Amino acid sequence: MRNILIIGATSAIAEATARCFAASGARFYLTGRNTEQLAAIARDLEIRSGQPVAQEILDLDELDTHPALLERASQALGAIDVALIAHGTLPDQQACQQSVALTLAAIHTNALSVISLATLLANSFETRGRGTLIAISSVAGDRGRQSNYVYGAAKGMISLFLQGLRNRLSSKGVQVITIKPGFVDTPMTAAFEKKGFLWAQPDQIAQGIAAAVDRGRDEVYLPWFWRWIMMLIVHIPEGVFKRLKL
Amino acid sequence: MSAAATSRAPSSWGHSPSSHPYQIAACCNRQTPIPPTDSRSCLPFGNGRSYGDVCLNNNGILLLTRGLDRFIAFDPATGILRAEAGVLLSEILALIVPQGWFLPVTPGTQFVTLGGAIANDVHGKNHHIAGSFGCQIRAFELLRSDNSRRLCTPEQNTGWFRATVGGLGLTGLITWVEIQLQRIANPWIIAENRRFASLDEFLTLDAGYETRYPYIVSWIDCAATGKTLGRGIYMAGMHAPPGLRKSPPPERRALTVPFTPPVPLVNQLSVPWFNRLYYHLPRPVRGLTPYQPFFYPLDNLLNWNRLYGRQGFFQYQCVISPAGTREALLEILARIAASGQGSMLAVLKRFGTKTSGGLLSFPRPGVTLALDFPNRGQPTLDLLEQLDEVTRQAGGAVYPAKDARMSGDSFRQYFPQWQEFSRYIDPRFSSSFWQRVMGD
Repeated sequence: MRNILIIGATSAIAEATARCFAASGARFYLTGRNTEQLAAIARDLEIRSGQPVAQEILDLDELDTHPALLERASQALGAIDVALIAHGTLPDQQACQQSVALTLAAIHTNALSVISLATLLANSFETRGRGTLIAISSVAGDRGRQSNYVYGAAKGMISLFLQGLRNRLSSKGVQVITIKPGFVDTPMTAAFEKKGFLWAQPDQIAQGIAAAVDRGRDEVYLPWFWRWIMMLIVHIPEGVFKRLKL
Repeated sequence: MSAAATSRAPSSWGHSPSSHPYQIAACCNRQTPIPPTDSRSCLPFGNGRSYGDVCLNNNGILLLTRGLDRFIAFDPATGILRAEAGVLLSEILALIVPQGWFLPVTPGTQFVTLGGAIANDVHGKNHHIAGSFGCQIRAFELLRSDNSRRLCTPEQNTGWFRATVGGLGLTGLITWVEIQLQRIANPWIIAENRRFASLDEFLTLDAGYETRYPYIVSWIDCAATGKTLGRGIYMAGMHAPPGLRKSPPPERRALTVPFTPPVPLVNQLSVPWFNRLYYHLPRPVRGLTPYQPFFYPLDNLLNWNRLYGRQGFFQYQCVISPAGTREALLEILARIAASGQGSMLAVLKRFGTKTSGGLLSFPRPGVTLALDFPNRGQPTLDLLEQLDEVTRQAGGAVYPAKDARMSGDSFRQYFPQWQEFSRYIDPRFSSSFWQRVMGD
């Protein structure tokens, strides 16, 4: 039985991942913004796991609430074994280009709040000498592209930050996992035309995350083929890349 | 959830007719109203396992319900389960079987949603004792496009209940469902197989087995002619009693048909040979089997519908009233065998007398026959129209969940309560099926 904290539990990927964890025995502490959705998900996980599920509504943009949140979660669960940081927004790139405020807000939600939580969790895991920290980054963070570089920059910051954390904590018994999904068919991407093999279901991503925890992986592209696609994209010379419509 | 549980492309199981919704809207919160639309109609779309066009809404809006997939309440002491309408039966089984419960009624695939099971008032191998899925419902909530919500039970809002059970998704969106499960001692089934050489032998066998076994279904060789006409295999089963077997069944690894072959693999050459082999294949008379292969033999071959090629296939399922059963079935079987168009998947089963009261429910007393037909265009449609003639004369009916071609006249004869039903249709809901059978 693992004690699992899920931040951003109403995201489609987080919910699907929680179900994978529930199948192998888990107790949950969930946070989210939508009261109705969070209650429905908590009830569902209670039935699937056979364990009571704790939940709280929280706006993660307020960074100074983070220490108290982790305090409450630790108390409710006893100790946190696995923390999944899954919250995020998909900002409107066009709108961000015209507004510094929107750009910074997107960076705040998608990067700074994640860094705040990851720091606090990492320190508490380090003290205990164990724990698994999972954060959802994105393939969009591997290279800046004109179609979504605000989102990409935030995700890129997370990826780099987690790399450093992993480097710092690998000898301390703490596992840090960066998840880099490709295109996923979720409400967050509702505005896209979802055709073709590049689009994955949240369930596939969730199974990949659960497997990454079991196998002690570091950085996981989901589905797997994105590792090779991104390897190609990252290696295109900048002189060529800047002319591409991506 | 499994790979089979995802179905993004809104097509029906028979891949025929092809359809293009104007818009797709995913439902993922049961508390939110139905999304506003322009003048176009909406239709709930579950997991796309109905065969024809009852789950399609050409040029309209499809409300994808698979996102409503949460359990709401389950009491392991009483076996009462409440869940959102987009939950698959396979997901329910994964939860309840280890806790000693089973679905009260299950169709031949576990990859249907709860909402779809109600909308088509599906039936299973135990219809002769348990009735259809609609007979097992304690309650459900119906959300209408005017944002009203109705709690429907067999005693409360009964008109809405009877219209929605078997109502093909036209009366509104079912948000959640509460059903009563049945107790089981373990996941095993005691199964018995008997060959029958003719339809008469089937009818005699059936009379003897119906009282002893809760689950009965027969495979019938639709390529057989002359003296072998109506031969098949009779399969009966019951849940194994406590103590008979302790270990859980082995995990089955599902195979998949990875792509649609350019030539249909189900054809005039393969079917008679397959059927001959299947009929004569030695099989144990009595044995223990896990519940999955007994109830869901085809679920282990994901995307089997692709074997029919790009043209897809039709399924024809009719029920013939007890009075005319023998003659009408012989006539239907003879016509199919003569046409050489049938497939290996042909099923025979006697329905019981218990009904859900659904205004458009298909199951009714009599014998039901279900067969697949590779879509060969007009010759196939002509054959199915001939079969409809026999069904109409015998006072039978054809199952809308399987249908993509019956005429409006046939529909109105098969479902005489259609006028009463249509008073309950949500003014903003419609389907390709409904426009087809009401259009001519």
